[in-house]
Amino acid sequence: MADCLHVGTRKGLFELRQRKGAWEIVDTHFLGDPVSALLAEADGSVYAALDLGHFGAKLWRRDGSSAWRELPVPVFPPKPADALDDPHPWSLGKIWSLEPGGVPGRLWAGTMPGGLFRSDDGGASWALNDALWRMPERRQWMSVAGGEQPGIHSVLVDPRDPADVRVGVSTAGLWASGDAGASWRIINRGMYNEYMPPERREDPIAQDVHRLARCAARPEIMWCQHHNGVFRSQDAGANWREVTAIRPSKFGFAVAAHPRDPLVAWFVPAIKDERRIPVDGKVVVARTRDGGESFEVLSKGLPQRHAYDLVWRHALAVDASGERLAFGSTSGGLWISEDGGESWTMPEARLPPIAVVRFAAA
Amino acid sequence: MPTVAFTTALQRFLAAPTTQVQGATVAEALAAVFAARPGLRGYLLDDQGALRRHIAVYVNGRPVGDRGRLSDEVGPRDEIYVFQALTGG
Repeated sequence: MADCLHVGTRKGLFELRQRKGAWEIVDTHFLGDPVSALLAEADGSVYAALDLGHFGAKLWRRDGSSAWRELPVPVFPPKPADALDDPHPWSLGKIWSLEPGGVPGRLWAGTMPGGLFRSDDGGASWALNDALWRMPERRQWMSVAGGEQPGIHSVLVDPRDPADVRVGVSTAGLWASGDAGASWRIINRGMYNEYMPPERREDPIAQDVHRLARCAARPEIMWCQHHNGVFRSQDAGANWREVTAIRPSKFGFAVAAHPRDPLVAWFVPAIKDERRIPVDGKVVVARTRDGGESFEVLSKGLPQRHAYDLVWRHALAVDASGERLAFGSTSGGLWISEDGGESWTMPEARLPPIAVVRFAAA
Repeated sequence: MPTVAFTTALQRFLAAPTTQVQGATVAEALAAVFAARPGLRGYLLDDQGALRRHIAVYVNGRPVGDRGRLSDEVGPRDEIYVFQALTGG
């Protein structure tokens, strides 16, 4: 199991380890600074993306217990004359997702305003994926609710083939490349978006995909927490079927897929959609163990009275064992399970609002 | 040569001492600073070279007029002050 958990918050990065059966904060980093994305690699390196209010997006890395060092951030090229009417800025807003690329040194960074960047040298340099950024359809991408820009929140690299990359966009569906990013196409079919005008409801690019997750051992199995429901795909995101059994509600942001069992996934539902609070003030995790045919509502150890925690799209994680999970909330609640979500404990801390949780092997 | 001074809030992330540099505009003066300290550029300017939304640059106590290209002229005795416009909580 992963014995180290990184928690990225509005006010810094918290490092937790399990000691004598209990999780505790063993170190703090970047105190006071908003963390927007995290990645802990198998080699012990940790990447932390910051979203500094005044000074822009930043990226830091450390290896093992060495000191943090600042890396260059992804940078957009000069805006050309034929892009003056582009509705989205050609400037990095924030790094929203960081994922390993499946070959040594390769990383993918999904950003606001919707640029996808690749590094092949462990973050020492970055290149904008021009093919996706320059697709005419990209200008149709809608902004994230509450924000002013679209964003790439999910980057899924096929564990069997690093050239197979799929990205989830808020708000623009699911885009796939089979050639390591040289070309892209939108692939999602079967989703619908209730808030769109009727003639656009089923349009793939109009799909408000909140977060995507896939089963590592069976990568063709994907799960999606969508703005108006939960969906599952058995062909790596091309065709989707709504999972109507989700309860207590179908709205939410986060999803975690079991690393080996294609039938198991976890969600943290909330009341849709302007209110965005747990149903009846109770924090619960919804788990399916039969591919979405039915769900268990798990609450042991979670607050069940006057709890108004919302869990953002990157704030739910499962480790490689499939037994250990963690999630963090906008109220700073942090809960960890050692038994697949049956029961949860809360480390002794009052944390700032949590944007992202990530397990590390080391 | 104009003087360029930076907010202490920046010093938490990287060194940004007060310096005297060559330059007839704010853009030229800042470019001279960035030549010596390349890491500073991304803290103050966005990817297209405009001032970040929450960064302010004053010349002799008055805000610059051109936040996009920083074309405001500066003389040898002018003082350029770079600081953050506070927001959020």
